[in-house]
Amino acid sequence: MITIQKYVRAQSLEEAWQLNQSKRNRIVGGMLWLRLGRGGVGTAIDLCDLGLNTIEETEDTFSIGAMATLRQLEQHEGLNAYCGGAVRNAVQDIVGVQFRNMATIGGSLWGRFGFSDVLTVFLAMDCQVELYKGGIVSLEDFADMKKDNDILVRLIVKKTPGKMVYTAMRNQRTDFPVITCALSNIGGEYRAVIGARPAKAMVIRDEKHLLPGDAKAFAAYAAENAPVDSNIRGSAAYRTHLIRVLVERAAKELGGM
Amino acid sequence: MDIKLKLNGKAISAQCDADTILLDFLRERGCYSVKRGCDTSNCGLCTVLMDGKPILSCSMLAARADGHSIQTLEGLQEEAADFVGFIADQGADQCGFCNPGFVMNTIALLRENPDPTDDEIRAYLAGNLCRCSGYDGQLRGIRSYLNSRKG
Repeated sequence: MITIQKYVRAQSLEEAWQLNQSKRNRIVGGMLWLRLGRGGVGTAIDLCDLGLNTIEETEDTFSIGAMATLRQLEQHEGLNAYCGGAVRNAVQDIVGVQFRNMATIGGSLWGRFGFSDVLTVFLAMDCQVELYKGGIVSLEDFADMKKDNDILVRLIVKKTPGKMVYTAMRNQRTDFPVITCALSNIGGEYRAVIGARPAKAMVIRDEKHLLPGDAKAFAAYAAENAPVDSNIRGSAAYRTHLIRVLVERAAKELGGM
Repeated sequence: MDIKLKLNGKAISAQCDADTILLDFLRERGCYSVKRGCDTSNCGLCTVLMDGKPILSCSMLAARADGHSIQTLEGLQEEAADFVGFIADQGADQCGFCNPGFVMNTIALLRENPDPTDDEIRAYLAGNLCRCSGYDGQLRGIRSYLNSRKG
């Protein structure tokens, strides 16, 4: 369990950023993962007073503040209508309602966790993140960036026309996933996103143009191109097998096969 | 640090450390229904309502509750009394340790969705773990309560 010397509700992003430049200080998201860590935090920086807990829908985008909770994502009708329920499917088995009322989109993305259903599903869409100092960056680039002392302000989901499907394999409901899989056709581009490999989610594009015709062939292609490893939840071989099965199912669900 | 919040409808001012966990803060004020279970945000035993929404008090800083309303089972006895008898009738609360968390989350479920299906009940209560019962007793109890309301 961590110890915290001081708690500050930042009154501006600049104040939060200034405080976050010290290595001993930490931004607090839902605090679910952070509190399981060890060691001492100088100042816990809370963004809860900055109005970042909303999901705003415009004609072209959804702007999701960093402090919006996973439960808000699950319940947002507009977002789920756009993605065919993929976001709801991605978060609904994350622990329980109480947990999802606390876990934030900012914390989920900032951690770039290997097990993240959230990173997986949004990598399948046309998404960007807004960093306070770093500006607007594609989510895919952000996922590859090293963690620094910037602040994730919001996730921007562009309403690029398309379809997407989310599926995952868990040993039991509410556990960490053994593998996560999102498949989308956004703006005419097919992409599979595979996470919990157990490394963080990666994007596999249909460079051989196997879709929409051959779901099985694309599933095999995804399985070949997604490096996997073993951990307590499953072996590398099992994960590769799951990728083949889940991508094929997702491709058939996506339609056009 | 000083915080102000509403606890079970009563405004309180209190001092706490920056890393005081809400669960400990509440137990220090006599809310013993709030129990420490897994302490890793997984079991639902420490469920309380913050501004009406169920959260895990084991993973919330007390400082974060500043300016908010917190309800524990101590403040919701009447609302809970409606259905806990139905759960008890099914023998669902064997050791009883998980019960306060189940009851708190069931209150949240029924406020949000007064007529849930069995699947909706299972989904909403998925974050509450019980080592005794296998969950069927709780489900039967809630179903029985809902059926009784329909006459």
